Amino acid sequence: MERTALPGRLIWQLGRVVELIDETPRTKSLVLDVPGWLGHTAGQHVDVRLTAEDGYQTERSYSIASPPEARQVVLTVERLDDGEVSPYLTDGLQKGDQLELRGPIGGYFTWQVAAGGPLLLIAGGSGIVPLMAMIRHRAAHSSTVPTHLLYSSRDFDDIIYRQELAQLSAADPTLTITHTLTRAQPPSWTGYRRRIDRTMLAEVAWPPSERPLAFVCGPTALVETVAAALVDLGHDPLRVKTERFGASGGTV
Amino acid sequence: MTIDEQRLDGNAAGGILGQIFAFEMTTAEVICAHCDAVGPIGAAVVYATAMGTIIRCAGCGEALIRVAHGPQRFWVDFSGTRLLQLRADQ
Amino acid sequence: MAKGFFSRGFIGRRRDPEQAGRLPPGQYLTDGFPVLSAGPTPYTPKDKWDFTVVGAVETPQRWTWDEFQTLPRVPITADIHCVTKWSKFDSKWSGFSLDAILGAAKPQAAYVLAFCDGGYVTNLPLADVTGNKAWIVDTYDGAPLPLEHGGPVRLLVPHPYFWKSAKWVRGLRIVEDDQPGFWESLGYHNYGDPWKEQRYQGD
Repeated sequence: MERTALPGRLIWQLGRVVELIDETPRTKSLVLDVPGWLGHTAGQHVDVRLTAEDGYQTERSYSIASPPEARQVVLTVERLDDGEVSPYLTDGLQKGDQLELRGPIGGYFTWQVAAGGPLLLIAGGSGIVPLMAMIRHRAAHSSTVPTHLLYSSRDFDDIIYRQELAQLSAADPTLTITHTLTRAQPPSWTGYRRRIDRTMLAEVAWPPSERPLAFVCGPTALVETVAAALVDLGHDPLRVKTERFGASGGTV
Repeated sequence: MTIDEQRLDGNAAGGILGQIFAFEMTTAEVICAHCDAVGPIGAAVVYATAMGTIIRCAGCGEALIRVAHGPQRFWVDFSGTRLLQLRADQ
Repeated sequence: MAKGFFSRGFIGRRRDPEQAGRLPPGQYLTDGFPVLSAGPTPYTPKDKWDFTVVGAVETPQRWTWDEFQTLPRVPITADIHCVTKWSKFDSKWSGFSLDAILGAAKPQAAYVLAFCDGGYVTNLPLADVTGNKAWIVDTYDGAPLPLEHGGPVRLLVPHPYFWKSAKWVRGLRIVEDDQPGFWESLGYHNYGDPWKEQRYQGD
C-alpha cells in the first residue's frame, strides 16, 4: 500500500553536501545530509531550488538515487551542456555547501518490496536514477522479486552505476540486466547496439502473461516509444508507469 | 512522431501540490469533468513551467487542475475535476 | 525558506543589461527565448487555417492563410518581458498590424479576446491593441515563427507581460464586457503592466 499521508505539507529545507562522487564523465552523485528528512520511497524525487545573491531563483527536479534504507539523500545529476542548473550542481558545488530542496515527492512512480513483481525496469541515460533507488532498496531487503533492467546508454563509459549493477547482478540470479549502447561500443561488445524498440522489448521483457510491474524513465522520446511498445505487446497500461525527464528535466 | 518535450508525467505536479495539500497527491484519483475518465494524478499529463502547473486528462486533454503560485499565494482551479479522491493511510 | 539563503557561486542564465533603465522592475535579461507551455503544441495546416475577427464588430472578417499574407507587412523590433522574470531586448518580428486587421472589422465595443488553437485565451482592452501597439506576427528573427513559439502566427503586443502575446492565435473576438483569459483567471493580473510590476491580481 503506497504511503499517502504526509506529515503536513512539503516545505523547502536545507541539505548539506557531504560528498561528491564522479559516476561517469558527465554525471556526479551528490551525497546530502538533510537534517529534516523524514524518509522516502524508492522512485521519488526532490525539487532543488537555486538562489543567486541578487535573489534570482530557478528550480529543477532530481530523482533520489539512494534507497529509503540509506542515512543520507543521494542525488545523481547529469551535466547538460546548455543547462542552467546541472553544471552548477556537478561543477560548482563543493563539500560543505548547502542545497535547498523540497521533498520527497511522488507516490505514483514508486516501488517497495511489498509491491512484488516481476519488476521490469527500463531506463535511458539518467533515467536510471529512480530505478537504481528501487534496485538498491530491493538489495537492502535481499529481495528475490524477479527483476529485469533494460538500460540504454550512449556508450560504455556513460553507463551510470555500471560496476555496482554488475556486482549486484553477479551475486543475485533474480536480478538480470541488459545493456544497450546506442552511439559507440567497445570492441568486445556483444550486446545490443541500438535504441530500445519493440523488437528488443519483445526479446527482453517478460511476456504480458507474467503481468510485470514496469517502470520506464528517461528522455521523453525513449519513454514514449517504450510505453507504447509495451502496451502494443499486450502489457496492461495500468502496470506501466512512466517518468519523462522532458527537455530540461524539470520546471522553470 | 513529434516529441513534445514540455509534456511531463503526473509526478511532475507532485512538488507544487505537495506544498498545498497535506496528502500525497500523485496517487489521488480524479474524475475528469469533461470526459468522466477516472485515474490517479500520477497518470495524468503535466505541463509545468514558472507560469504554473497545468494537469491535463490523459484521455481528452482538457485541464483537470491548474495551479499558479505568486508571492504568499497559490491559486488552484479545480473546475476541470468533477471529483477528487484522497486515500488516508489508516 | 531561511531568509537570506543563497546558493554559493550560482549565477544562472542571465546577463547584465548595459542600460539598466530599460529593464522593468524585477526582471532579468536573457539572450535565449524560453518556451513555456500550458498544453500540447497545436497545429493547423495552412490549407485549413483561417483568422477571424468576430463579435461586436460592424463587419466580421475572415482571412485564409493566402489572403492574410496580402495584408501590409511591417517589421517590428521590441523589448519583451515575461512575467516569469526574463526579458529580451530588441526581439525582431515581422507581421501585420492589428490596426489594419481591426480596421476592416470596425469594432463596436471596448474589449478584445484573442482565441487560439489549443484553447488558450487572453484578454486586452481594445485601446491596448490599436494605435500601433499590436501585430499578428508570422516571422521571428527573419525566419518563419517556430511552432513552439506560437507558429504559424502569434499575437505580439509587447507593452504588457508576454503572456498576453498569445501563441497559435486564430482570431479576435470583440466584447462589451472584459473576460479574464487563461492566466488572468488563475491569479495573474488582468492588465499586466511590467513597469508597474502588475504580475498578479491585486498588484
